[in-house]
Amino acid sequence: MNTPLLRVAELGRSYGARLGCRDVSFELYPGEVIGVVGESGSGKTTLLDCLSGRLEPSAGTVEYLTRQSEMVDVYAMSEARRRLLMRTEWGAVRQNARDALRMGVSAGANVGEPLMAVGRRHYGGIRAEAEAWLDQVEISTDRIDDLPSTFSGGMLQRLQIARNLVTHPRLVFMDEPTGGLDVSVQARLLDLLHRLVVDLGLSAIVVTHDLAVVRLLTHRLMVMRHGTVVEEGLTDQVLDDPHHPYTQLLVSSVLQP
Amino acid sequence: MYVAVKGGEAAIDNAHRLTAEERRGDTGIPSISVEQIASQMGLAVDRVMNEGSVYDPDLAALAIKQAQGDLVEAIFLLRAYRSTLPRFGASEPIDTSGMAVRRRISSAFKDVPGGQILGPTYDYTHRLLDFTLAAEGQEPAAIRADAPIDANLPRVTDVLGREGLLEAERPGDAEPGDITREPLTFPADRDVRLQSLARADEGFLLALAYSTQRGYGHSHPFAGEIRMGEVTVEIVPEELGFPVEIGEITLTECQMINQFAGSEEAPPQFTRGYGLAFGQAERKAMAMALVDRGMRAAELGETVEAPAQDTEFVLAHADNVEASGFVQHLKLPHYVDFQSELELIRRLRAKFDTAEPVDMAAE
Amino acid sequence: MSTGYNFAYLDEQTKRMIRRGLLKAVAIPGYQVPFASREMPLPYGWGTGGIQVTAAILGPEDVLKVIDQGADDTTNAVSIRRFFARVAGVATTERTDEATIVQTRHRIPETPLAEGQILVYQVPIPEPLRWLEPRESETRKMHALADYGSMHVKLYEDIARHGAIATSYDYPVMVDGRYLMRPSPIPKFDNPKMDMNPALQLFGAGREKRLYAVPPYTPVKSLDFEDHPFTVQQWDEHCALCGSADSFLDEVITDNQGGRMFVCSDTDYCGRHRAPHDVSSAP
Repeated sequence: MNTPLLRVAELGRSYGARLGCRDVSFELYPGEVIGVVGESGSGKTTLLDCLSGRLEPSAGTVEYLTRQSEMVDVYAMSEARRRLLMRTEWGAVRQNARDALRMGVSAGANVGEPLMAVGRRHYGGIRAEAEAWLDQVEISTDRIDDLPSTFSGGMLQRLQIARNLVTHPRLVFMDEPTGGLDVSVQARLLDLLHRLVVDLGLSAIVVTHDLAVVRLLTHRLMVMRHGTVVEEGLTDQVLDDPHHPYTQLLVSSVLQP
Repeated sequence: MYVAVKGGEAAIDNAHRLTAEERRGDTGIPSISVEQIASQMGLAVDRVMNEGSVYDPDLAALAIKQAQGDLVEAIFLLRAYRSTLPRFGASEPIDTSGMAVRRRISSAFKDVPGGQILGPTYDYTHRLLDFTLAAEGQEPAAIRADAPIDANLPRVTDVLGREGLLEAERPGDAEPGDITREPLTFPADRDVRLQSLARADEGFLLALAYSTQRGYGHSHPFAGEIRMGEVTVEIVPEELGFPVEIGEITLTECQMINQFAGSEEAPPQFTRGYGLAFGQAERKAMAMALVDRGMRAAELGETVEAPAQDTEFVLAHADNVEASGFVQHLKLPHYVDFQSELELIRRLRAKFDTAEPVDMAAE
Repeated sequence: MSTGYNFAYLDEQTKRMIRRGLLKAVAIPGYQVPFASREMPLPYGWGTGGIQVTAAILGPEDVLKVIDQGADDTTNAVSIRRFFARVAGVATTERTDEATIVQTRHRIPETPLAEGQILVYQVPIPEPLRWLEPRESETRKMHALADYGSMHVKLYEDIARHGAIATSYDYPVMVDGRYLMRPSPIPKFDNPKMDMNPALQLFGAGREKRLYAVPPYTPVKSLDFEDHPFTVQQWDEHCALCGSADSFLDEVITDNQGGRMFVCSDTDYCGRHRAPHDVSSAP
């Protein structure tokens, strides 16, 4: 299949005089995971918001290959159609799980909601699928009726992941998926994400400042600084042999275990 | 033998008669007149005019008498009456800088051109119950000044404005909205927000304003100017093509000056909050100005986190005619809904009582 | 009839404004149309929406029935009926089959309605998503995008917690397969009556300033799950006055020891059901 899943051309977004990101172009193929690294203020979150349909760019295009094999311009379509696309074909894992979950309803309802949003109407079936996904993300299934407010930070993140994957998205956008978690919890979560990406053949774009995350999860890497991509390539190559001085600085400042 | 309850109509009639009797009270005491209320309970009349949205002190006084002193009920009467009045047109915008001022103060400056004019105010009274008022017979008299108050009292805020330190009020191009013709939708622009605040419940606004001073969306306010007095109302009749004065009303205006650190686009400047009310309604005008500023938070790039900054929350709950109606509607029969709930809870209870005890040894 | 007021109290411009809103509502079944609700002489929350709708559609030839909790003689029904008698002078009736307009609070009459009749519901809270999202700006978007998954979340939670859907009145429905609607606090027992009803159903929320409608012969389906289908309330008892086994029954406490009896909530239905029969008989 030579058609990319996502094609981004000269994407840019500014806030008045302030630059968010500029001149970003790349292609993502099915099964690929691309990482975007940079420090805070590098423009990586702005980029992710533009890519994931949440923020209209000031310049450039984002094109996506739908399940019907149609290449669509994400921002040329109506808001209704875009939201439907985001609901049925994409996933979004946010840094703070509380922003993405309904803290007032049970874990099972959280995982089942995307199914109900696309018209599923069999309680037993929805519940069974929710249970299966809780199991997949290593949450004990007897927590299915518990409120997320009783869950630890790592469990909340895993619950968010289950809620995203239940609709079998083809493309998942992740923003600092391991941010704010303990180191050991991070490691466990990374393993889970890696396993899911491989087992499910997910395509993903992962934004993070953590090089360990990109090392484990991503095939290709883009390094951002002051709103532009300063270096890109295969993850291992970029990290083992950085060319741009900024990348070299990033790589060298990571503490080696 | 149970017979279905009948006679609701008779019960209602009797309740009305009993209410009228209670309203009249002891027939050995003179009946209070509408003129007495209009003339001697002016501040109650002002509140009813504001929230009833009609400037007519005699009608407001009548409503207060009919409502037996319950101001929220009187406001409802006036508002309902307003619904029946045909609208002839709109007046020209009122220019408060031309006000015949009876009271004008500014806390921002020690003195201002024209002076700090205290006027009639309870501010510096000592709140000691005056039992001589109960005895009647005293006719108090004020002392006349040598010269009248300056007819030309420019606004304090205009002085600051000339220095460029206070944001300018930018009149919009569009016609102002009208909340009595179009229902409020959100997000709401400032014109309909201010309209809603003008008729909003004073107690609710007061509490919200208070909250902004206690940390719930603080804006560091100063009373730039409060003025009270008479303004003329003009209309432009189609046949004439020029403005004609149709009368005079008393207004209280409050301009609050608030802090603003500036943003990337805007220089540091003071920002405004505005309050306007019929009659001598200073507390209302001040509270309105604080809440107005609170609701401008989003527009000024501030984080919206306090109740007084939440436009939908404030405006959806500010009208006491709506609030009173809905709260008190709980007195209406709800026995069918309640019956449904009874049936449900009995069924769930039966299930609960017969269920197997759950093993509580969980993870 | 009280002179000094226009027929049915509202001025003609206001009636026209409301009728325009009603036409929009009928054109889009179940969709909430904003309207500039007027203050009425009865308080908000006490039926001003229903009253404004009735006032806008009422003509001198109409016959009006007003019920509250199914009964013609409850205080608020009396109050509203007398209001229209004062300001419109129309004929009023307690018989559902003789009315051209039935204004109701919290019940649909047991007697089936016919083509040409109009049922006007009094609505306190029109927005079915209000429990989930207090903001009007958000719920408007959810309706526009048919983003209703969250409504089923509530039903799912009920089943997970109680083993059954725990809504017994004001039970949400899908109208014409497109808009999620709140039928007003009628018991769920009455929901099936809305489906494919030959009469026109109009809904007025005065305080919240919304109108909506279900045109005649429109599909109206109560939300449920395939394996937890919608069910209506049932009683073991029959009406103690007329013997009916099919109507919604009120529970009446008869003595201080908790003695109780059950009688039809719909007083007109009960009375006529009884008429040819012996009062004390029950099947």
